[in-house]
This record gives sequence, C-alpha cells and structure tokens, in this order.
Amino acid sequence: MSGLHKVVTNYDAALAGLTSGMTVMIGGFGLCGIPEGLIHAVSKKPINSLTCISNNAGVDGFGLGLWLENRQIKTMIASYVGENALFEQLSISGEMEVILTPQGTLAEKIRAGGAGIPAFFTATGYGTLVAEGKETREIHGKHYVLEPSLTADFALIKAWKADTLGNLIYRKTARNFNPMMATAGKITVAEVEEIVEPGMLDPDHIHTPGIYVTRIIQGNFEKRIERTMTRTEGTR
Amino acid sequence: MALTREQIAKRIAKEIHDGYYVNLGIGIPTLVANYIDPNIEVMLQSENGLLGIGPYPTADEVDPDLINAGKETVTAIQGAAYFSSADSFAMIRGGHIDLTVLGAFEVDEQGSIASWMIPGKLIKGMGGAMDLVAGAQHIIVAMAHANKEGESKLLTRCTLPLTGMHCIHRVVTDLAVLDIENGAFHLRERAPDVSVDTIQQLTAGKLVIPSHVPEMQF
Repeated sequence: MSGLHKVVTNYDAALAGLTSGMTVMIGGFGLCGIPEGLIHAVSKKPINSLTCISNNAGVDGFGLGLWLENRQIKTMIASYVGENALFEQLSISGEMEVILTPQGTLAEKIRAGGAGIPAFFTATGYGTLVAEGKETREIHGKHYVLEPSLTADFALIKAWKADTLGNLIYRKTARNFNPMMATAGKITVAEVEEIVEPGMLDPDHIHTPGIYVTRIIQGNFEKRIERTMTRTEGTR
Repeated sequence: MALTREQIAKRIAKEIHDGYYVNLGIGIPTLVANYIDPNIEVMLQSENGLLGIGPYPTADEVDPDLINAGKETVTAIQGAAYFSSADSFAMIRGGHIDLTVLGAFEVDEQGSIASWMIPGKLIKGMGGAMDLVAGAQHIIVAMAHANKEGESKLLTRCTLPLTGMHCIHRVVTDLAVLDIENGAFHLRERAPDVSVDTIQQLTAGKLVIPSHVPEMQF
C-alpha cells in the first residue's frame, strides 16, 4: 500500500493499529450493510475495552454479537439494541456501559464529527433523559438540546463497490450509517463486494469520495437476514 | 367492541391524505399501509434510508440489502430513492415528513409520550422515535387504551421515561379517537358499540366529552 492506492489483501493489514481502548464506529442497520469480515477479524484479536458506535449491536452470534460474547466492548453507543439478549444482560448487570442515542441524533453526531462541527442544536430529545446534563437553548420559541459530535479512531464500514482510490458506492438500504462513518474515522476501512480500477465508476455516482477512505479490503458476505418477509406471487 | 389491531390501522389510514410523505412505525403502524385508499398517492418513508416502500417481496425478489426499519425484507416502488441515515433524519427533523404513526406505552393529557424504556425491565432503545416526534408535521399514536390489567395508558402524567414532551395531538386506541388540546384529552369518536362511560372509566387523564360522540367510520 502506498500513496493513494488503498487496497489491502488481508484483515491484519486492514486492522493494523487497532488496539484496546480505542473508539470504533461500525456501519450497518441491524445486520444490513455491516462489514462482516472486519467484525469477525476483530473478534479473533486480543482487543478489548472498545468504545463502539453503531446503530445496533448485532444479534446473538453474528455481527457485533461476536464482540459482546468476547466482552470486547466497554461502552456501546447505539439507538436500538432490542435484538440481542446478551446485550440486555451485559447492560443490566453493568458489565457494559450503554449510551442510548436517538437514531437521527446519532447519524448527525457522526456526520458533524466528520465535517468538523463540534456540536449542534436539535429539538430531538428535549425534555427527556437524553437531554439530562446537556445545555439547552430556546431559539425562535422552540427548545433545543446541544449535542456534541462524534469521531472515532477507526471506522469500519461496508460498501458495494470501490475503486482502488477509495471512491465508494453503496447499494439500496445497505448504505445507512456507512457514508457518515466513513468521514468520521481517523482511519476508515471499507470492506466491499467488488474492487475496480479508477475510471470504472462514474464520478457522478460516487457516494463517498475516496479522500475519506484509508484502506479497502474485498470481503465475502453472508448477508444474513433478520426477518425474511414474503408475499405470494400476484398479491400486493 | 374494542377494535382489533387491524381495525385501529384501518381507522388511522383515513388520516393519510393524497400527496403525503408518511413514516410508519413498527407494529400496528406498519399495518396501516394495508388500508391506504388506493385512489390516493402516498410515499412511505423508512428511516433506514428508503423513500417509496413497496410490498413484501416474493420469494424470488428477497434482497438482504433491502429492508425496512423493522429489519424486514421489503421492495421499493417505481420512483423510490435510497439515502443515508443522515439524509433520512434530515427529512424527519427538518419537517418534511407529513405524518408519522407510532406506538406508545403511555400518553398524557399534556401530549407527552413514553414509548422506549421500562426502567429495570426493558432496555431496547428509542431508535428513531424521538426524532420522529420532534420533527414530523403530524403525529398519530396507535395504542391500546388500557393494559391487560385494565389500567389506563392515557394518563395525567406519563410515569415512564419520555420519548417526547408536549408533542402528541391525536391518539387512536382500540376504544376511541382522541385529540389532545389545552391539557386534556378530547373524545372525538368511539369504537362501534363502546360506550362513552367505558371510555371515561379507562381514561385516567382529564377527558373532555362533547355532547355528541359519533361512532368511528371505516
């Protein structure tokens, strides 16, 4: 790896520099659009006391559920964690600190962090537990809460296609938190389905410009589905 | 008779107008989509990054990269758009969503809502609910009027941690349609064959009852 060429070929290289006690963002909504191979690789390393920022916490035995099983997470910042029995157990027992954050506030905290904005006012959460201990302000007759932004030592994200310069394209609802996290990691590692040469992606179709991406690795994805719902042909 | 979940959804569907952008929460709110008037055009938003939710996929159409906010596989309609979570909540927080429908554990006469946490018992998180109640133009809460023990969920003050303060103006329960104005529930409609007395008994918060309370029409 040199200069602007960002492709790495193994997970050790992808995760080089990740150590215990760091803050890590992990893309995905539920199990959709998560960097499966990177998550699995971290679960095999003697890394712990991580502060994790992710909308959800995986399920038992898959995604961030693996890190929970290994007790690798010290603090979890998420918006919804209802799919994971072990998570509830670890948070109620106090083994893991949990900071529940409204989903839109979480997304904006990450976006702002990546954009160099230290904090912002939002009406979300005013008058609730979320606002406790935070500065509030009345602006044009409405009440707002000051929310600090978030950055991370590592952002582990998932995209559909990358070129070797780190330009990324996501697919359908697997985009979710990945584009903001890409901007907010000191080191951003993108695990992708396909890597192409520069010029193969239309510059008008790039979702994440390569400037935000440090390393790219081609992954193999199981793409586990949490709730398969179907209809029969011909119905609506 | 108290309404079924489907009947609550059917009644709420009448609040959806032509041209609306609508976000439906998990549970009864999701069912509302089944009863939207086929003669109007509505765009359903999913906060995980989809505008234009379609029906569930056929077995052949199932795509793990295409889910709704309840993590169910879905399809996208012709003319749909995908976007990031930050863009999604810019739509929500910025007031671009015309209507959201969501569930609740409790609602009170001040219009406050509790829907995300039961201390010591249930810690699942608020997901997008706090953003939706802070930003949507209209909010309808779909809920049971009372719990299984017959205790009212329409209170003077919410007892559980709030999702939002003073933000709810309309509630549709299995017994009634109510508006919240000036610190009181106002009874607008009652479920078929449910008496005003029954609704009064099961409403702990202040209830204003007009002289005529029509039965719900579906």
